[in-house]
Amino acid sequence: MEKRYTKERLRRSMMFVPGNNPGMIADSRIYNADSIMFDLEDSVSYTEKDTARFLVYNALKTLNFGKKEIVVRINDLASGLGIKDLEAIVPAGVHVVRLPKTDSAQDVIDCEREIERIEKEHGIPVGSTGMMAAIESANGVLNAREIAHASDRLIGIALGAEDYVTDLKTTRADGTELLFARSMILNGARSAGIAALDTVYSDVNNEEGFIAECTLIKKLGFDGKSVINPRQIAPLHKCLVPGEKDLRKAYAIMDAIAEANAKGSGVASLNGKMIDKPVVIRAQRLIALAEADKAAAEEE
Amino acid sequence: MKLVKKAIAGTMESSDIMITIAPAEEKGIKLDLQSSVMQQYGKQIEAVIKETLAGIGVESAEVVAIDKGALDCTIRARVGAAAFRAAESTDFAWEVRK
Repeated sequence: MEKRYTKERLRRSMMFVPGNNPGMIADSRIYNADSIMFDLEDSVSYTEKDTARFLVYNALKTLNFGKKEIVVRINDLASGLGIKDLEAIVPAGVHVVRLPKTDSAQDVIDCEREIERIEKEHGIPVGSTGMMAAIESANGVLNAREIAHASDRLIGIALGAEDYVTDLKTTRADGTELLFARSMILNGARSAGIAALDTVYSDVNNEEGFIAECTLIKKLGFDGKSVINPRQIAPLHKCLVPGEKDLRKAYAIMDAIAEANAKGSGVASLNGKMIDKPVVIRAQRLIALAEADKAAAEEE
Repeated sequence: MKLVKKAIAGTMESSDIMITIAPAEEKGIKLDLQSSVMQQYGKQIEAVIKETLAGIGVESAEVVAIDKGALDCTIRARVGAAAFRAAESTDFAWEVRK
């Protein structure tokens, strides 16, 4: 069966695009975000949910987004709008459905059941459509591991910080308030072998603050982050892609391993330091990320 | 599909089209189109509006369309949304992307 999504791919940036804005939907193709995320939820007023659904449906059916991953953030199922969203976007060819306000594994299972029903009704192979879950509450954060394991369709889990900090009775500040949630989401995602995706940085005019946040999430281990403005894509990518020095070291490690293997030696070393398995895995990941970045740049 | 009231979808923003649709007593689509790209694309826009209405079974309607450079997919979306609002229906037959 050919799936519309791949679990392993470059997901440094997921760009939110308001689902009821035709100009932004059409222009979204020209920016180099790894994933485009059409939003039917918070950026669409309640009275325009139907028109946004028609617009995203027609855009998905008609426009060519090249090799970009196409995500749609639906409304939550409890609102009654989420199912209507799924009925439009699953046949239209969405790659990944982003479920908002995910509090438990059951939320993922309920959404998957609806996607499966719609796939069957339209003769689409069951399992074609991917999912990701956004965690936006204390309850969701505490259930991060179970959520991450709730469906084979999940490509990743993400933090939605604005609702989360409100639930915690705090506000967005220097990142201290999100450290526990980020750590839970990251560990939950890694335990399931899927992507960990960070929240938006809303102050688009504060590039310094944005870069500091990108640096922090890179240190923690996140794959990428949601962005709300195309201006945020380049600094985010620059931050997440390995620097030349790190890349040189990674290649040197792989050369040392190849040399040791050629000699039939079980132990490799570089500059007097033994290279053990985690060092090799990290070097391989770094090289893979750099190559994926290069390939993405060539596509643009 | 029978229209039961006047309805609007879309905006006057760039790249959008505002569609106002109302039931008509006489059979046929009566279209009043204003577009910023009338010279180049007027006939194409008219064709897309009429095809979309025919596709969802609207045979009689009075339509006012104010176009601000919308793509065909946007025109189809706004016409569809306006018609379903005017018919007070949510029973749209979503189709699979080919």
